[in-house]
Amino acid sequence: MTQTRSTATETDDQKNRSPSSGATGMKLIVPLQGVVQGRGGLLLGSLIPCALFYFLQLYLKRNRSKNSSNPPSPSASSSNLPELPRSSSRTNLSSRGSIGRVPVSSLANMIAKPDSSPYYIGLERVFLDPYDPVNNPDGIIQLGLSANKLCLDLIEKWLSANVKESLIGTDDVSLSINGIAAYQPFDGTEEMKMAMSNFMSLVLGGSVKFDPSNIILTSGGTPAIEILSFCLADQGNAFLVPSPYYPGFDRDFRWRTGVDLIPVYCRSTDNFSLSITALEQAYSQARKRGVKVRGILFSNPSNPVGNLLSQDMLHSLVEFAQEKNIHIISDEIYAGSMYGSEKFVSIAEVLDLEYIDKSRVHIIYGLSKDFALPGFRVGALYSFNESVLAAAKKLTRFCSIPAPTQRLVASMLSDQRFVQEYISTNQKRIREVHKEFEAGLNKLGIKCAKSSAGVYCWADMSELIRPYSEKGELDLWEKFLSVAKISITPGSACHCIEPGWFRICFTTLDLEDIPLVIERFGRVVETCKSSG
Amino acid sequence: MAIEIEQPCVELSNVAVSETHGEDSPYFAGWKAYDENPYDELTNPSGVIQMGLAENQVSFDMVEKYLEQHPEASTWGKGAPGWFRENALFQDYHGLKSFRTAMASFMQQIRGGRAKFDPDRVVLTAGATAANELLTFILANPGDALLVPTPYYPGFDRDLCWRTGVKIIPIHCDSSNNFQITPKALEAAYQQAVSTYTKVRAVLITNPSNPLGATIQRSVLEDILEFVTRKNIHLVSDEIYSGSAFSADEFVSVAEILEARDYKDAERVHIVYSLSKDLGLPGFRVGTIYSYNDRVVTTARRMSSFTLISSQTQHLLATMLSDEEFTENYIKTNRERLRKRYEMIIDGLTSSGIECLKGNAGLFCWMNLSPLLEKPTREGELELWNPILHEVRLNISPGSSCHCSEPGWFRVCFANMSEQTLEVALDRIRNFMHERASVNRSLFSNR
Repeated sequence: MTQTRSTATETDDQKNRSPSSGATGMKLIVPLQGVVQGRGGLLLGSLIPCALFYFLQLYLKRNRSKNSSNPPSPSASSSNLPELPRSSSRTNLSSRGSIGRVPVSSLANMIAKPDSSPYYIGLERVFLDPYDPVNNPDGIIQLGLSANKLCLDLIEKWLSANVKESLIGTDDVSLSINGIAAYQPFDGTEEMKMAMSNFMSLVLGGSVKFDPSNIILTSGGTPAIEILSFCLADQGNAFLVPSPYYPGFDRDFRWRTGVDLIPVYCRSTDNFSLSITALEQAYSQARKRGVKVRGILFSNPSNPVGNLLSQDMLHSLVEFAQEKNIHIISDEIYAGSMYGSEKFVSIAEVLDLEYIDKSRVHIIYGLSKDFALPGFRVGALYSFNESVLAAAKKLTRFCSIPAPTQRLVASMLSDQRFVQEYISTNQKRIREVHKEFEAGLNKLGIKCAKSSAGVYCWADMSELIRPYSEKGELDLWEKFLSVAKISITPGSACHCIEPGWFRICFTTLDLEDIPLVIERFGRVVETCKSSG
Repeated sequence: MAIEIEQPCVELSNVAVSETHGEDSPYFAGWKAYDENPYDELTNPSGVIQMGLAENQVSFDMVEKYLEQHPEASTWGKGAPGWFRENALFQDYHGLKSFRTAMASFMQQIRGGRAKFDPDRVVLTAGATAANELLTFILANPGDALLVPTPYYPGFDRDLCWRTGVKIIPIHCDSSNNFQITPKALEAAYQQAVSTYTKVRAVLITNPSNPLGATIQRSVLEDILEFVTRKNIHLVSDEIYSGSAFSADEFVSVAEILEARDYKDAERVHIVYSLSKDLGLPGFRVGTIYSYNDRVVTTARRMSSFTLISSQTQHLLATMLSDEEFTENYIKTNRERLRKRYEMIIDGLTSSGIECLKGNAGLFCWMNLSPLLEKPTREGELELWNPILHEVRLNISPGSSCHCSEPGWFRVCFANMSEQTLEVALDRIRNFMHERASVNRSLFSNR
């Protein structure tokens, strides 16, 4: 974020309110007389234009505040107001003064613009016309939001049986509601940290014991990512990120921090795997441009591809970071959503060598994907760096998890029998749906990248796009939205360098839904093939 | 007072190592003293009594009773089929409509219906702390300034400045007029910014005021509105204590003034609210931004992704806050109990020879100990504060940590403890004052 004032906005505002030249003219005539008549010489000759300028500014300024009592928009003129009933919804406010004559920050101006990323546009379109099998069978099916609905029944069942005790508590005072009303440590209760670290120990590969004192809890993974960006880099610095990557990183890592993300392009020829060579190249190029690289950010399992980083690759990454003296952020939020035969390896597993400085490694986790509770906003930042933990802890005052939610979730995660059942059932169901869904796509001639985890397929539709470019890809994306009524995520939104790839989430579907969805895909695929 | 952190080989950012979090001030030092030796009626009767935390525990029983009698608030058994699915997956930054509606209605009730609130203008955040920071990101660029009347809540230094890079320029208020904000003081603060080429973006007020414990008068609010309009800047009104005014008539919200003028110029006004004080639920992390400016609403909503409230908590509270019978009774009873507490502490302090600012709201009183200062300076104030904390063992907040320009004032919280504990605290103060008086007498007689 640069230190620009929003002079652009103000200038526009000034233009809107420029006084009529006649009125200004009158003020100008008098002082000019002296100059015109040749009196005063050089001093007056330079003084007078300055004075004129000053008076002009004064005039404009006064005019601006006078005008601010009359909203410029005709639909919002004061004379309409008495007709509006007082008790009516204040949405009529939106017709008045919403141009925002009083300036907001540059950041706000940027964020207020309509979202241009297909990722967000897709979400919006589904919001406006959502598919419902009974009420809106022609609505748009959401396959662009990676949410997992497959095991909600299990969670629902647990909550019905347990929620009252886990929330309101028993006679034990320490468990009563009084205990959750008061201020809690912003970075999470002891109980919740314990439950979360145990859960992570189970789900992130099962080979590492995560320490509750190294965890910071946040309201979702989103603020955890932002906190790390604030703590590890200064404005203008950058992180390297293998591409394609999760579109949300652009917002979470960059928006308010002023830190940049430099994509390190991965290609379909090696199944979008990361290579150290590519990292080296990106790093040197950044240095040549004078950009300071502070670290590497990646998702493992990868989003949107769904592949895993091998133990060797993790070693190499840690050594690369060591050599350059930079940080590593590993977003392992999909670690529990495995369906392939490979085993997940957390970056925490490769840190036991003596020469490795653990303090450069940070892990993001959360319950939105593996545990299907995005609405509950439960995220975690795990770090081996005491200073990062100290700073992050203070920053959680802006993004704490409510105490009742922590109580409830801690209780749920501590039910080991339930957790085991949940994890294995979840993996089984993901595997089943993935298999069926990918088979359905294959029948249409659509191949997917090889993947073992996540809640989506990374599908190659490059043969269906015309031209073979981002434009062709976006045309196809729009066709899927308007003709097939399916929302999927185009690769360009994920910064994929090869056009034609799409992320398709399948965990919002039941097995029974798959034929319908494949049929819709078919509509567009057929039209593309026939026109091709 | 630099903290020695052993820097690891890999560097951190300036934000991470800066001390703008402000946690080294006496405000927080007092809390540490309390944490190390907390008062307990039975197990630690000589411990430090916490009077530095503005928490409302006087009305909690009503909330507890409600939740026990209405299990549907916390369970999903009575929800419509599929209700749970939607709730668990719901992460829309608009927030649950039912909850926003309940918040709007609650805010309306607190203001006696004198202002209406549109649920579609309610933006949810995880606490007022986040709401204030979010608004600062939206209204000001790094290097710009907000004008804030002194004395002010110490947390603002952190919430408004830390990550945003925005500065606070104080609007100096003093006891000559009961610390009210004057047009002269507003203009002086603005000019101070101008003289340092700093752009002022907003005035931020807390109404009722923390730490003064008093509501801002209507005429002063009108002056402030006129000022911000003239300068074409924003006004943020943090009304977190609006439900804690001792009587319903005493609090005037900027929302009422705007409504009375048909919302003329309203798009520069934004209100912050939270359930942490009025409802005594700081652990729930529920804050809101209410803005009359569409762009600010849109932007705040998008930015609230970093600070969403869990749908589970939204649902829990929506049920409770929509119950108008409950909320009406709660608001009335809470006001009454706070007023009684206030009277109790004022009586106790008066009988010890201590004067306070006349207050009518909040969870604290603004106590004047300036007659006791050895020197009328910040150092003198801290010299007085130290023995109060460590010998008398009362954690009260020195005015300097609230940026008060007059030394000798202290904020004393009274709602975060039982009546018995408050009696103990008042006894300790009485003894302290008594000892001081006898020391002074003996000094005098020895001359």
